[in-house]
Amino acid sequence: MKKESSEFSAGALRKKTVQMDLFQAGRRDEHSPGVSAARARSGNGKSAAPGKSGGGASAARIAVKKAAQSTPVPIEVDAVEEPAPKAKGRAPARKRETAESMARRQREISVAEFFQKNRHLLGFDNPAKALLTATKEAVDNSLDACEEAGILPKLDIVIEELSEDRFRLSITDNGPGIVRAQIPKIFGKLLYGSKFHVLRQSRGQQGIGISAAGMYSQLTTGQPLRITSRTGARKPAHFFEIQIDTARNEPKVLTDREVEWDVEHGTRVEMDLAGSYKKGRRSVDDYVVQTALANPHAEVHYRPPKGEVWDRERLTAQLPREPQAIRPHPHGVELGALIAMMRETRGRTLKGALQADFSRVSDKVAEEISKAAGINPESRPRSLKLAQVEALFRAIPKVKIMNPPTSCVVPIGEELILEGLKQTVKADFFTSATRPPSVYRGNPFVVEVGLAYGGELPAEELVDLWRFANRVPLQYQQSACAITRAVTGTDWKHYALQQGKGALPTGPLVLFVHMASVWVPFTSESKEAVAAYPEILKELRLGLQECGRRLGSFLRHRRRLEDAEKKNSYIRAYIPHIGIALKEILHLSDKEEAKVVAVLTDTLERTRKI
Amino acid sequence: MAAETVRRIDKTASDIHKTILKQDKPIMRFPMRSLSNVKYDPKRGHFEMRGKRKVRTLTVSTVKTFAQTLRMMALSKELVKNDDIATKREAYYVSKNWDEARFLEQPESDAVMDDVEAFFEVNREQLGFVPEEKGGEISGKLVIVDRDSETGKPLRIDCTRFGSGAYSIPISVEHLKFQTEAKFILVIETAGMFQRLVKHKYWKTANCILVSMGGVPTRACRRFIRRLADAQKIPVYVFVDGDPYGISNIYRTLKVGSGNAAHLNEYFCVPQARYLGITPKDIVDYKLPTHPLKEVDIKRARDAVKNDPFFQHHKEWVAAVEQLLKMGVRAEQQALAKWGLNYVIDRYLPEKLAHPERFLP
Repeated sequence: MKKESSEFSAGALRKKTVQMDLFQAGRRDEHSPGVSAARARSGNGKSAAPGKSGGGASAARIAVKKAAQSTPVPIEVDAVEEPAPKAKGRAPARKRETAESMARRQREISVAEFFQKNRHLLGFDNPAKALLTATKEAVDNSLDACEEAGILPKLDIVIEELSEDRFRLSITDNGPGIVRAQIPKIFGKLLYGSKFHVLRQSRGQQGIGISAAGMYSQLTTGQPLRITSRTGARKPAHFFEIQIDTARNEPKVLTDREVEWDVEHGTRVEMDLAGSYKKGRRSVDDYVVQTALANPHAEVHYRPPKGEVWDRERLTAQLPREPQAIRPHPHGVELGALIAMMRETRGRTLKGALQADFSRVSDKVAEEISKAAGINPESRPRSLKLAQVEALFRAIPKVKIMNPPTSCVVPIGEELILEGLKQTVKADFFTSATRPPSVYRGNPFVVEVGLAYGGELPAEELVDLWRFANRVPLQYQQSACAITRAVTGTDWKHYALQQGKGALPTGPLVLFVHMASVWVPFTSESKEAVAAYPEILKELRLGLQECGRRLGSFLRHRRRLEDAEKKNSYIRAYIPHIGIALKEILHLSDKEEAKVVAVLTDTLERTRKI
Repeated sequence: MAAETVRRIDKTASDIHKTILKQDKPIMRFPMRSLSNVKYDPKRGHFEMRGKRKVRTLTVSTVKTFAQTLRMMALSKELVKNDDIATKREAYYVSKNWDEARFLEQPESDAVMDDVEAFFEVNREQLGFVPEEKGGEISGKLVIVDRDSETGKPLRIDCTRFGSGAYSIPISVEHLKFQTEAKFILVIETAGMFQRLVKHKYWKTANCILVSMGGVPTRACRRFIRRLADAQKIPVYVFVDGDPYGISNIYRTLKVGSGNAAHLNEYFCVPQARYLGITPKDIVDYKLPTHPLKEVDIKRARDAVKNDPFFQHHKEWVAAVEQLLKMGVRAEQQALAKWGLNYVIDRYLPEKLAHPERFLP
């Protein structure tokens, strides 16, 4: 399932509902009107390029819709007892289905239904994780919206304990708000969003998260999602209560009214859900702290169900550079996606299509690709045969193509990581490194590593590894993550740390590792682990080594100082005895004895430094 | 002698004091106490020190040992001046009052004491330090003339009259005088073999003096045998286990001294000693029961052939040790009991003593 849902419908030309139908990309205009998603950047709508890796026109094959066109004649299945063919060793006399009888039960599965049953795929597998995931989805959306609108984010996260296993979660942002018409679909329909079809660095990707949280809330408490949103001081605030019709994957609006709201612009999401609140690793508390760390430009207020309110002022008043959307790079394209692109392209010639739809494909490169594939560059892309597209696909790796532009990836930056770590962790040594951009499968990415050592951190435990992808903390599936692999694959003994074979190093250390990319390759929809592409592993290793080397030289320097101090105390412990011995042998006076000790101490301390 | 020791300790301390006041780092030069710093002089018959010295400069890493050495010297001066003595163990306990400079284990204080001894190139008794180990036992046709410690009158000790016991060699032997008619001295490694020979009055049968070393001979034991042999001009025959320890540690140390305190070997050695047995050839000739050589034995034997100037000087010894290594076995003195408990008295010793010229050098 993983694959399909993350590789949805690359062929869609416009922003629209992603259809689950089999091989029916695009063209369902009846769904389109009014869907100029508030959260989508209209500028990108037009040129929305095919999805990252394709899957092609083939929409996810969730639906099994083989023979549903005509209503089959009912047959009394039970009665059909045909004599079984003399199959060797096969037990006869079993009730048999026919194609027709099976067809009666075959029907489309709504994506909502699918995820309701498979909620673990989205991170709702246990109560503690559910609370975390719901918070995370709402916070991701808020931060993305603020940044897209150029607003410095201010987040209020409130979790109330309604009963032992039931919580009320409320997240309020100061974002641009959502236009009234869009609210139901954004919160009440799965796979509806603005980010999927755009290759641009953002937290959200698929348009599942917040509506899935709502669905989980509805499933466990029966309560609707409650949304308040306002798009500006002179606009009214709207209050919605929304449920999801899971069978149809459509929103059901229970309440829609204008309300008084003291927030000038922004959105509040409120939901009740079954969950469990815990402290420690992988807790919501940790998530909030780490989110603040990875988003130094955000002001965060967090009221947990128990304990003190946690506030973090922003560390910088500068928004991260606006991430640019890019067209896909030929090296990352898959055959299915290429087939779809050829069918959907606006280019009239193959050459033109390649240039228009891909990044880094110049006139010359387009001709080279066509030539390598043995196709006339002037041929009409739509009339290419399947075999020809495949030839084209095989030709791409043979042609040297410049790496995609890397300006589209926005790292947090060494200084802000450093400042954030200093504020969050009480340690003795801090360092950070932002690697230069690199490319995996045609997708640009940047790796950043930060490190805090010593201080009040526990010395005897495995290091605390904080993983981030596009500024989102990753809490679960640590062992499946490329970041973990890179950390365990690094030899920390070089850097004066202890490390068991194939394990995380041991020591008073917090490791901060961030991967920013236009498309972070997660291992599943719940977005908890980064997939291990060799290029990503390499960059991670280089970043870790860079910070490791600095830690190593800090530790060695500190050890030298300690040694010197030890020597110093050694000198002070034994020199008096030389004074005593000389005094005893030579009958020195106390004054003479003191002089011997003073002069000798001075002599040794002076020469030791050489 | 005592005044000289005090003078030399004062001189050393005073030099160090002056160096310190000049803001320099004081230096002490010690003779190296190891086998690599000795040579074998066949004419003089003992190990002599070669010129190698270790220089101990007072630095951060040597400050502890330096302080301990100086305090040990101060203790020595105190002992000599007051005509007192301290055993090695006592000196170790004295150091317990030195706070951080105290010794944690006795081997540490022994090593510093050996350094001081080598530094002044004197016998440790001259520094007021005495060993507490016993010096060996004597039985046989010998009268020792000692002094009564109260009256100072001569005290005659007849070593035939200890019955089943024996005379103990004192720590200091320089004042002893000897009277004997014995033909030779038989020096024995183990107390067990000594007991058997005493029990059967072998000294009477063979007209000899029996000495038990009980392992590696102490300085007093070596000095006693040396003085006795020199005074009476009688040969010294050594009867030890036929293994690398008996040969290279016990016999070698008795004959030419140790590598550790080479400056004293001149006095503490018995150059006239000769090796009666058990030889590798005896193992074959007498068909003795054996044990395989242990790894440490093999290492010790190889070391003797490769690094020990004494063995290297004597081709017979190199051949014998290599024969032992080739056989890969060792045989104890008591192995002769295979042929009867008194076989050693009735057959082995008479047969060997009939040909002293065949003894190993």
